[in-house]
Amino acid sequence: MTPDDMTQSIHETPVPTGAANGRPRAGVVRARAAAGTRLTDLFSALPWIGPALILIFGVVLFPAVVMIYNSTRDISLSGVDKGSVGFENYETLFAFAPLGGIMVRTVIWVFAVVTIAVLASLALAQFLNKAFPGRQIVRMAVLIPWAASVVMTTLVVYYGLEGYIGIINKFLVDINLIDAPYGWTKNATSAFVWSIGIAVFVSLPFTTYTILAGLATVPADVLEAAKMDGAGRIRTYVAIVLPQLRGALSVAVLINIINVFNSLPILKIMTGSIPGYDADTVMTMIFKYIQNEHKIDVASALSVIAFLIVIVIVAIYVKLVKPMKEL
Amino acid sequence: MTVIAQAPNGARRRRFTADQVPLRTMLLRMLAGAVVLAIFVIPYLIMFFGSVKSKSEIRSVNPTYFPTAWRWENYLTMWSTPETPLVQNLVSTIIIAVFATLLVLLVALPAAYYTARFHFPGRMVFMFLVIVTQMLQPAVLTSGLFRQFSFFGISDTWLAMILINAAFNLSFAVWIMHSFFAGVPKEIDEAAQIDGAGRLAVLFRINLPLVWPGIVTAIVFTFVACWNEFAASLVIMSTAGNQPLAVALTKFVGQYETSWHYVFGVSVVAIIPVVVLFMLIEKRLIGGLTAGSVK
Repeated sequence: MTPDDMTQSIHETPVPTGAANGRPRAGVVRARAAAGTRLTDLFSALPWIGPALILIFGVVLFPAVVMIYNSTRDISLSGVDKGSVGFENYETLFAFAPLGGIMVRTVIWVFAVVTIAVLASLALAQFLNKAFPGRQIVRMAVLIPWAASVVMTTLVVYYGLEGYIGIINKFLVDINLIDAPYGWTKNATSAFVWSIGIAVFVSLPFTTYTILAGLATVPADVLEAAKMDGAGRIRTYVAIVLPQLRGALSVAVLINIINVFNSLPILKIMTGSIPGYDADTVMTMIFKYIQNEHKIDVASALSVIAFLIVIVIVAIYVKLVKPMKEL
Repeated sequence: MTVIAQAPNGARRRRFTADQVPLRTMLLRMLAGAVVLAIFVIPYLIMFFGSVKSKSEIRSVNPTYFPTAWRWENYLTMWSTPETPLVQNLVSTIIIAVFATLLVLLVALPAAYYTARFHFPGRMVFMFLVIVTQMLQPAVLTSGLFRQFSFFGISDTWLAMILINAAFNLSFAVWIMHSFFAGVPKEIDEAAQIDGAGRLAVLFRINLPLVWPGIVTAIVFTFVACWNEFAASLVIMSTAGNQPLAVALTKFVGQYETSWHYVFGVSVVAIIPVVVLFMLIEKRLIGGLTAGSVK
């Protein structure tokens, strides 16, 4: 079949001659051609979607398969595959004492960051939705942590928190919040808490802009009607605005859960030099297995668990947000 | 300059505030705006001020808020610091981000156009794949990626990171451009076809000018994501010179005497272009970004 024939077969189906009789005609064509056309249609689509399929299968889905396979292998420190070990890597993983703490910390990490980020963004979006001179400048400033590298944003906080030379320490001393500079990044708990703060900060732009998109769908006349009826601000917000934001909020919450769960650089920089595993999450632990301990097999086992968690979140997203509905 | 334009209630809201909001409320809002502005700008101001301090000043046990002497020459001297070959890191970052973005465009544009225009068997399966992979990130798959690319002998190469960045940003680009293509009435295509235009001519001459904002949004998003990618590069790029800036800068942490002024100088250079790009598409972020997902 020549490319020209393919062009023909594609164009046969969607070309209606007019608004009124367009649909029935397409139906007739489809019925006549039946299975043959379906296959032809698929082949005509391949040059257009094929490259995308190759990339998705080759670099996203296939590595997942490789990872699952590796999680059942014994791989030496230098990377040589020494054969199958069944579920031994998973057993090693579950026998690893700090794993429980790591799991709990992962939940705290995701829950704290997403909750604080979403609540703060609700307030921020509400504010940025009001008109005032200079609002555009403020909105632009809010974008900065979204575009800027998370590594670089984290580095400036890390420097600020350094024991003697840090500028955040100096500021906290200057406003009398602390008596003397403190080595925040030397202690697992304080480093973890500051990391939560950074993660919230870098999550604010996306969350705020998603909620702003939701706020744009709140009908002004309904708000006006509520005002006329004497509804207070809080009542208007809870009864009218929040329900309208449900779609935007589910997008914001679920995407944030995935992003925060996947987040590596903040904790890696802030807590990476602290000995032990008292500030680790699943993601930083995976990279400790890969980089510090060179146990790619155990790293794969933990990655598989993390991957399953991500898949569950994605499934909830697809079910709740229904992104396929529009197609 | 206002973004209110896209909101159906925009005009009304603007009138409200201009006429009915008391001056005091307006001043309070401006004050709150200034506070928000400060919160978001200050970390990057610290970065900038730090980048023009001397090493002895930025490492002083009596830290200064503002540089006492402005050492602009840091922006020249920082490139030859011993911690990491920064020039190569910058080149790596640029090459990976540029080629990954080009690859995404080359692969995503036809897919977005075709899925928005034609119904074919498997179209829903394809779009489902796009949605699922859109939510996957390299971090969780790094161990698999590392083994796979090592097996093919392209670990620690630009090609590996171009492929990874392209693959993980492809879906978002398809998704956003799909929604823009879907917004162009089919009748326009059909009219052009009746006039004898071929498929590619319809795509390039008729559709592209109409969906240009969607393409720009996809390009900017992809470029910024590739520019900042960290997790996969950390493991895949083992040679110092191959590493992108995001990975290279972490090497300064834990040094005996970290040259923070250089870290910040490089950060400023790396952050400004992507922030400017993002600001260019600010309007799209409210309207178009979540098109199809926010209802």
